[in-house]
Amino acid sequence: MKHAAISADENAGGMFRKWPFFQRLLSWTKPYAPFEQGTREYERYDWNSLLPEEKACRALMCSMMDGTSYYPSRPEMQRNLEAFADRTGVAVRYGCRWTGTRRDGDRWVLETTDGEYRCQVPIFAVGVAEPWRPQMPGVEDVPHYAETRPAETYAGRRVFIVGKENSGFELATGFLQWAKQIVLASPSPAKLSINTRSLVGVRARYVQPYEDHVLAGGVIVLDASIERVERTGKTFRVHTRKAESAAELVFEVDDVIAATGFTSPIQDLVKLGVATVGRNKLPAQTPFWESASVPGVYFGGTIHQASPGLRKHGLPSNSGGVNGHRYNGRILARRVAKKHFGIDPERPVVARAEVVSYLLHEVTNAPELWHQKSYLARVLVQDPKRGIVDDGILPLQSFLDSGPADGVAATLEENPTGDIYPVLYTRRGGVSAEHALPPHPLHDFRTRDHEKAVVAALEGLLL
Amino acid sequence: MRSAPDDISETLAGLAIFADLSRPEVERIAHTLEERYFAQDERVLREGLSGSAFYIILDGEAAVIAGGKRVNTLGRGEFFGEISVLLGEAPVADIVAARPLRCLVLPGELLKEFLQTNPRVCYRILVAEARKLANATRRGG
Repeated sequence: MKHAAISADENAGGMFRKWPFFQRLLSWTKPYAPFEQGTREYERYDWNSLLPEEKACRALMCSMMDGTSYYPSRPEMQRNLEAFADRTGVAVRYGCRWTGTRRDGDRWVLETTDGEYRCQVPIFAVGVAEPWRPQMPGVEDVPHYAETRPAETYAGRRVFIVGKENSGFELATGFLQWAKQIVLASPSPAKLSINTRSLVGVRARYVQPYEDHVLAGGVIVLDASIERVERTGKTFRVHTRKAESAAELVFEVDDVIAATGFTSPIQDLVKLGVATVGRNKLPAQTPFWESASVPGVYFGGTIHQASPGLRKHGLPSNSGGVNGHRYNGRILARRVAKKHFGIDPERPVVARAEVVSYLLHEVTNAPELWHQKSYLARVLVQDPKRGIVDDGILPLQSFLDSGPADGVAATLEENPTGDIYPVLYTRRGGVSAEHALPPHPLHDFRTRDHEKAVVAALEGLLL
Repeated sequence: MRSAPDDISETLAGLAIFADLSRPEVERIAHTLEERYFAQDERVLREGLSGSAFYIILDGEAAVIAGGKRVNTLGRGEFFGEISVLLGEAPVADIVAARPLRCLVLPGELLKEFLQTNPRVCYRILVAEARKLANATRRGG
């Protein structure tokens, strides 16, 4: 497809040119893994590399890391993205800021600092990195996470952090050896990733302040509404109220930081009818990352987190991270090519005798399914002319809610007790059915029992 | 309807099932639930599929489809999904957005704890369920 990419930044790297504040990522890349670097299966262990067609440009993250941690540093991640853009020859017009949007017949016109671009399909991949603050008296006057000063300037000070998600706990972790007192507060209890069993929740790396809190050190993790923040000379007074007792607690502190998250700078898209959702007002999207209210407007990158999929058993997608949205991006490119440009990507035929082993190999090793559980699925459909056709990796929701072709979608799911297991969704004559396969202690589903379960699910459909 | 509400707590406070709560309690709930937006005709709940959730309608309209027929319509302040979650069974009907629909969602696994933590909300839900049962009994009679 003929396309143009523009970026307001001066080079590749996006938010990783600035953040995380303490200069180390939360997403890992394991240089030594059960599979060779550069293979598809290895992607499961490398959350940070992008996915090029060129073999020589795969798994680039590993080559940028100095071996001190399996979490890349911020500069390493920036170099990874810069090297990807450079080596794959991705053509981007940098230093070109999108400033406005309008329709002109069947075209979209993007106004930019370098003039106007006209296109059939705009894809807005503008990130979720614009500081966001809730409506809370006084919070508009305190620094956001994005405006945090160097950690040593908080030495001996009392710091109140509004927000108990990763950014709040990241700051608290970095302040542990500097601040005299740290308070982290928000209305609901902190969620820890090891309890939610997902990336929604404070990651294990940042749990140290929580341990300090439960051992009654200098950190207080408070579940309370923050009613207002007042500046009192050189200090702040923060008024909070606990939900259970309705008792007011007032804190005198030296610094207040709003670790209240980020939103997406979607500019005038709301005026054009793009619906938004959630506290940070991200654009509501279809399973194929198209605006849920303005057809033809698409989104890319971390904004995909606002297309939640089924969220079975409450499990979120990983679309807010590179390891999730990099797969969505591939699907989106194929979708746009087919829907708007009439380019139908190749769909190979799968021999009937290979269906069972193929599906079990996919649920055991496919990185798309491991990174995007109950969100993406391997889809096989019955084509009256060609036989069994591999429809590729697709959003599970689209398979369940789309047309009448008989077929199967294979995905991975996780239940509340932590079992990870494959699920086959079959569709016969427009009727969907769910077939959960047993878990396996080593997550290797290529067993006789699993084969029997797949055969039972697909009998009379694809077998 | 297009834009997410600036303060979800304000919206919640206006719904009957949260009418007995203090402001801090409403804020805690607002932080616990996730907001979702469904385009018209998008399926929200799927008959026969496990792992669903509890939904509270903030705005819009949802159709209850059973046996291919629309059997009920739900609007602002009403809720659905709780029966399959409480019984540990898959939903027995589809729920489809009849118009653009904005909901708050609580994963099914968290419903029990949510009801125990918020007994006044639990009571309001129980009253609503009793009303539904009474209406169904009347229709049946």
